[in-house]
Amino acid sequence: MKSRKLATILFCFVFYSLALSQDLTSFEKRTTVKTLPNGLTVIICERPEAPVFSFYTHVDAGSVQDPMGKTGLAHMFEHMAFKGTDTIGTRDYKDEKVALDKVETAYAAYIAERDKPVGRDEQKFKQLEQAWKDDIAAADKYSAPYNNEFGKIVESEGGEGMNAYTNLDETAYHYSFPVNRLELWAYLESERFLHPVMRQFYKERNVVIEERRMRTDSNPIGRLLEQFTEEAFAAHPYHRPTIGWMSDLNSFSATDAQNFFDKYYVPSNMVVTVVGDLKASDAMPIIEKYFSRIPARPKPDERTTTEPPQNSERRVVLQEQSQPLYLEGYHRPDYRSPDDQVYDAIADLMSDGRTSRLYRALVRDKQIASDSAGFSGLPGNKYPHLFAFYAFPLPGHTTKEVADAIHVEIDRLKKEDITDAELTMIKTRAKANLIRSLGSNAGLASELGLFQARYGDWRELFRSVDRIEKVTKADIRRVANETFVPENRTVGIIEFSGPPPRAAAAAQGGGR
Amino acid sequence: MKRALLCLFSLLLMATANVQLHAQQSSLDQIEKSIPPLPAFHPQQPKRIELPNGMVIFLQEDHELPLIDGIARIRGGSRRVPAAKEGLADIYGEVWRTGGTKTRTGDQLDDYLEQRAAKVETGAGIDSTTISWSCLKDNFEDVFQVFEDLLRTPEFRADKIVIAQKELYDSISRRNDDPGQIAGREAAKLAYGDNSPYARVAEYSTVAAVTRDDLTAWHRTYVQPNNIILGVVGDFDSAKMEARLRQAFGSWAKGPTAKAPDVKLDPAKPGYYVVDKTDVNQSNIQMVALGTTRRDPNYYAISVFNEAFGGGFSSRLFSDIRTTKGLAYAVGGGIGTSWDHPGMLRMIVMTKSKSTVESINALDDELTGLAKRPITDDEIQRAKDSILNSFIFRFDSPAKVLREKMAYEFYGYPLDFLEKYQKGIESVTKEDVARVAAKYIHRDQMAVLVVGHTSEFDKPISSLGPVKNLDIAIPPPPKGLLPEGTGQQ
Repeated sequence: MKSRKLATILFCFVFYSLALSQDLTSFEKRTTVKTLPNGLTVIICERPEAPVFSFYTHVDAGSVQDPMGKTGLAHMFEHMAFKGTDTIGTRDYKDEKVALDKVETAYAAYIAERDKPVGRDEQKFKQLEQAWKDDIAAADKYSAPYNNEFGKIVESEGGEGMNAYTNLDETAYHYSFPVNRLELWAYLESERFLHPVMRQFYKERNVVIEERRMRTDSNPIGRLLEQFTEEAFAAHPYHRPTIGWMSDLNSFSATDAQNFFDKYYVPSNMVVTVVGDLKASDAMPIIEKYFSRIPARPKPDERTTTEPPQNSERRVVLQEQSQPLYLEGYHRPDYRSPDDQVYDAIADLMSDGRTSRLYRALVRDKQIASDSAGFSGLPGNKYPHLFAFYAFPLPGHTTKEVADAIHVEIDRLKKEDITDAELTMIKTRAKANLIRSLGSNAGLASELGLFQARYGDWRELFRSVDRIEKVTKADIRRVANETFVPENRTVGIIEFSGPPPRAAAAAQGGGR
Repeated sequence: MKRALLCLFSLLLMATANVQLHAQQSSLDQIEKSIPPLPAFHPQQPKRIELPNGMVIFLQEDHELPLIDGIARIRGGSRRVPAAKEGLADIYGEVWRTGGTKTRTGDQLDDYLEQRAAKVETGAGIDSTTISWSCLKDNFEDVFQVFEDLLRTPEFRADKIVIAQKELYDSISRRNDDPGQIAGREAAKLAYGDNSPYARVAEYSTVAAVTRDDLTAWHRTYVQPNNIILGVVGDFDSAKMEARLRQAFGSWAKGPTAKAPDVKLDPAKPGYYVVDKTDVNQSNIQMVALGTTRRDPNYYAISVFNEAFGGGFSSRLFSDIRTTKGLAYAVGGGIGTSWDHPGMLRMIVMTKSKSTVESINALDDELTGLAKRPITDDEIQRAKDSILNSFIFRFDSPAKVLREKMAYEFYGYPLDFLEKYQKGIESVTKEDVARVAAKYIHRDQMAVLVVGHTSEFDKPISSLGPVKNLDIAIPPPPKGLLPEGTGQQ
């Protein structure tokens, strides 16, 4: 039995190695990278499955780059990138520009009065607020009839899955098109970053504030995560919420968003990846024609404060009307660390599937949690970040019980070598997961672009799996001992504080 | 297993743009005018095989990657579960896999499959249960053997039933933690009726009532070859795969056919329904009624209406309530269409407590305004363009084509439903859209749900009409089921 198992494992190993090198060879043949004279990187990956393509535009700036006092600005600009350009979404840009400039002047006067520490003149404040709102109404006349024109063009031309995201590390824009719209796409996507217009900014700011209410304020886990990351990072901007603090959202201006764009949306900070039924020889000249129009600008300085070593445990405990949750995180180095794949291996071992140690210990055997796992990347991974563990205690069990059980599993990692079977399983799975990730245009565009942006070479997507192959049992013990120590730990807990007050005030559906 | 939190973390940590021109310069016009025709594309169709015992098989070759995936969909889902055992289908869907086979425990299967980076998973939905596998092609025989054993001889070991029940108790205890979850659940109850199987939820007592006999009886009743549609996609040779599947399933005797379920719908009376939640600063507002099915001859006009009125960046609700008024990040909705039962007609807006009534009024204006301000030619053109130009994304991979065909087979739709759909959309007129809007959108017949912090609303909901406060307190577990002091709220 044992030898048969071993044979299977060896067989798998040989097979996967072959499959992977074939994959990389196949991708080498159909992937073209070009850095345009303005510094923008273009990747084209030919995947002639169906006459469609997907793209991802990666901008190597996220909310870590938000200026002090203006958290949420990177994400706010992302929303503005859907507001059109000087030719899309306006009745007459020349006049609209004048009106938008007036809005900015009025806004600056309004918040100067609003934010006076002492001696605010209430009447003047009201007048300035009204003047600002009037200027907004005047500017809107140019754009209101063309609301969301950019998105309307994309959607009516058959764009699929149009969206974007901002996180602490980066911002990305994406959708898919039928392949005959390549030139239209190249035009629209380059135009978006050539001539963005900060129109309807203050209404969109309200939309973003609603997004904050939905994701963070009105969700107990959202509340915990915000407080938890804020606690875990004292110096590095990872302590910020991507969505932004409420007072910052109510303060920053369209001018701030334009400045953010000018500084960070420079071609040398962007990777545009296109995957689909395209020939690089046909597509590259079209992409180059449109994206070369974006003027070269200096690459921004993105150095940040280094988080100093943590020297005592930190705790955040929220008393909530909701059921308990336990979360803890340990500082670890950034994605470029030679130990990055060791952390990947630990995450896989602890979390992946029903053979994972945390599932088996907390869910199956002790039966104290409904779910438990450990993972890297909280709250990002471009900079030193956290390896986190969490568990949802079952009814009748406490956050202390699940924390203790997680610590037992962490101690095992530190004191005992993992088994041969476990190590093989981790490596086999890493390769299979890579293969499974190669089967969609959108997924490939995202991955190739991200690896290109992070490492300067998309091939690292494949090499990262080779590096997992080199991880040893000793590596796992060493990294666990270095990382998972109490003084390096931040704990986040939701405790159930009792049921909500019964619905007395709500007798008539509330309100006053 | 739940992996929801990982997903939730990344959702909460990122923030996105979406829930979702006369002066266009000549270059855009020129480019749009010179879009070449899309190359002809005839997606490969799966091979359909019907075994003498009634099992239907679809084989779809796809040689891009060295993978083989399969899924069997089996008639009979949670809507057939008696109310007193609500949760049975969820437990069945989990323990079918975790409970192992006659010869191997679920834990042994876990080790065996994970060594091969393979998955075999089971699950239950409203109208069917599923069992699927995913493997590297060289492991196909090993993994298919597990699939076959689980399909034919599952064991539903008792220890795993206990774990599945505990997981359900946990999800019951947490079901009022997130306002979005409350709103979704209560809205479905209003649309379909509290006791409808499309809306009903499990309670501690109904989960506790489920026994191993229930699971084995369920399996005996529904897992019969004539109730199964099996689809396989991946790097295989169809002739060889067909032979293998005939060998596996050809001698399986036909069983009783699953009868159509008897489902009663009992929509709530129109009016306002309020859930008070004091730990939120945003209201989740949902206006609901019954929708229709995709067999409805109005389906094409409804699709165009939905796109124009409440879907995506181009829609009226997005433009008016989000972009112009800045009232919401999440806004949208439409006339829901399901395959074999009425979908939900639902309009959603999520707004700060202080603009709750203002937003209800804004949504009201959009709905009642449809008669005076019907969907325009421009809006209809854009909606049709959007559906038709993105049509290719419904079949741009062999796996998607397979999924579509399996759905048509399962629900008894014509296999050329997609081609019919394209023609149907093309022929929709302005009058059709106005007609379906008038037929389905009746603001005075809709139930309006508000989940929010009522004492912070701009005005009481009662200023709009009679209000019913919904009690969402979770019925406590039967004595002794859970440790003391749990299952509160």
